[in-house]
Amino acid sequence: MPEFEWQFTLVLLTNGIMIGLMYALIALGFVLIYKATDAINFAQGEFVMFAGFLAAVAAEIAGMPFWLSSLLAIGGMVALGFGLERVVLRPLIGRPVIAVVMATIGLAAVLRGTAVMAFGAGTRAIVMPVSDEPFELGPVMLPPVQLVGAGVSLVFLALFTWFFLKSRIGIAMRAVADSQQVAMAMGINVRRYFALAWAMAGIVSALGGVVWGTMLGVDNQLALVGLKVFPVVILGGLDSIMGAVIGGLIVGVVENFAAGYLDPYVGGGTKDFAPYVLMILVLMIRPEGMFGRRRIERV
Amino acid sequence: MLALNNVEVVYDGVILVLKGVSLSAEEGHITTLLGANGAGKTTTLKAISGLLKTERGEVTKGNVELDGERLDRLLPFDVVKRGVVQVFEGRRVFENLTVDENLVAGAHSRSNTADVKAGMERVYGSFPVLKERRSQSAGYLSGGEQQMLVIGRALMSDPKVILLDEPSLGLAPMVIEEIFSVIRRLKDEQKLTVLLVEQNAALALEIADHGYVMENGRIVLEGPAEQLRQNSDIKEFYLGLNEAGSRKSYRDTKHYRRRKRWLS
Ligand SMILES: Nc1ncnc2c1ncn2[C@@H]1O[C@H](COP(=O)(O)OP(=O)(O)O)[C@@H](O)[C@H]1O
Ligand SMILES: [Mg+2]
Repeated sequence: MPEFEWQFTLVLLTNGIMIGLMYALIALGFVLIYKATDAINFAQGEFVMFAGFLAAVAAEIAGMPFWLSSLLAIGGMVALGFGLERVVLRPLIGRPVIAVVMATIGLAAVLRGTAVMAFGAGTRAIVMPVSDEPFELGPVMLPPVQLVGAGVSLVFLALFTWFFLKSRIGIAMRAVADSQQVAMAMGINVRRYFALAWAMAGIVSALGGVVWGTMLGVDNQLALVGLKVFPVVILGGLDSIMGAVIGGLIVGVVENFAAGYLDPYVGGGTKDFAPYVLMILVLMIRPEGMFGRRRIERV
Repeated sequence: MLALNNVEVVYDGVILVLKGVSLSAEEGHITTLLGANGAGKTTTLKAISGLLKTERGEVTKGNVELDGERLDRLLPFDVVKRGVVQVFEGRRVFENLTVDENLVAGAHSRSNTADVKAGMERVYGSFPVLKERRSQSAGYLSGGEQQMLVIGRALMSDPKVILLDEPSLGLAPMVIEEIFSVIRRLKDEQKLTVLLVEQNAALALEIADHGYVMENGRIVLEGPAEQLRQNSDIKEFYLGLNEAGSRKSYRDTKHYRRRKRWLS
């Protein structure tokens, strides 16, 4: 019996880690926007949903292979990111943050609505060309779809981390996040970087849409994974990629443990709110999140 | 040569702050712009760098020229490309970036990576203490180091003209000495044009070649630094400011001549 316990825990843990990485991928989209523009994007889940639709419809109707439909989703989301920045967000530069927040909430509703209008209310499938046979690693069974999803997430999280730490453009974006006015004084075209941030969020959302759409199916409900972004970024910090990874892992693991250990006793449900309880606790103890930057106080 | 010709600046469409300012900064010289708090010195610099536009300010009359080319209609990043860079007052480092990264960000207008590397080494040559701290977050540097960093960061754009806003504010005399000697060396060796805004007139007139005194959005006095140093009005103006602790108008002090002279 104890040995069975141990294996069960291991299964929950690995599952949590893989799911957590995929949460981190979505949270990355959110973090990119927040880092560059200070805006909280409440439409992150809808971005993911919209991308899922693009990929699913391209494969279903146009008969595109998986990789091509994924590329199309990426291209479409980059265009959407650029377009939204240009049309909706740029006019709001310099307005109170609440204006931008409200705009993204409105955007979320519009995207949900147009998705149904354009693609219908039925659930569509994204089919990843991998086998259904789980990959066995000792006692743990890993579904290939999840493995690919976690792998893609890991690669892109690493890529973006490298980008922000080492590339000149990434450093410029961090400079803009630090102080827009000073960045401007240094010859940085701040607006161009706002647009770039939205486009990059588009790329990340497209990947999230494909990965999550493969696992959950694509319909309006897919946008709900976006809600997981909030516990993830609150746990990890709104502006840190490393934080998004760690926050994602915590949410993934906590969720799985709640499902495995608590739900059987209470009849289910804790999986869905456990991450939020944790989020509220963290907010009370460390409002900037576990890895968010603290304001440097200096006189 | 950098020149302002009869520049008028209005904030928010109604607040008139600069009322016809004309001044010029000779190539390879240090020109200082003196004046009390609120006189309009920072506004003058922002009119040059184009950053006024980010604060709903506007040049409504006159113009700003660099070697005959107009700057006042350009956006800030284009002004930097033309070789004019502003260093804000208050040591505005990118706090969350390391010293190295601050310098890289400062070189944003330059495309050649080798130039960026070379520029970095030059800045570290001028301010060796920064090199020791190169991988530290800039937010944790001392005040003097931060001032060196913002100047070094501005130099990364390889400017012809650097606009310095109160670089001495709140720093210890020894640190000021070090920073000013670097500025003087840059002027001598690289023919850098410097427009130095200061409240500390004694300090500024020591290294400047030429000076202007601004009050209430107008230039009220100008001349070679040497001459301004001897000018009794200047002495009294700054004396009044110092002794009484309250600001006294340059024009007021003209009316009752004071006795002590400290500014030499
Ligand atoms: N963004 C702004 N909007 C409105 N008024 C401003 C703004 N910036 C400065 N001012 C006003 O312009 C005047 C000059 O300010 P400033 O140029 O900062 O002076 P100084 O640098 O000489 O202390 C002050 O009266 C100040 O209140
Ligand atoms: Mg000022």
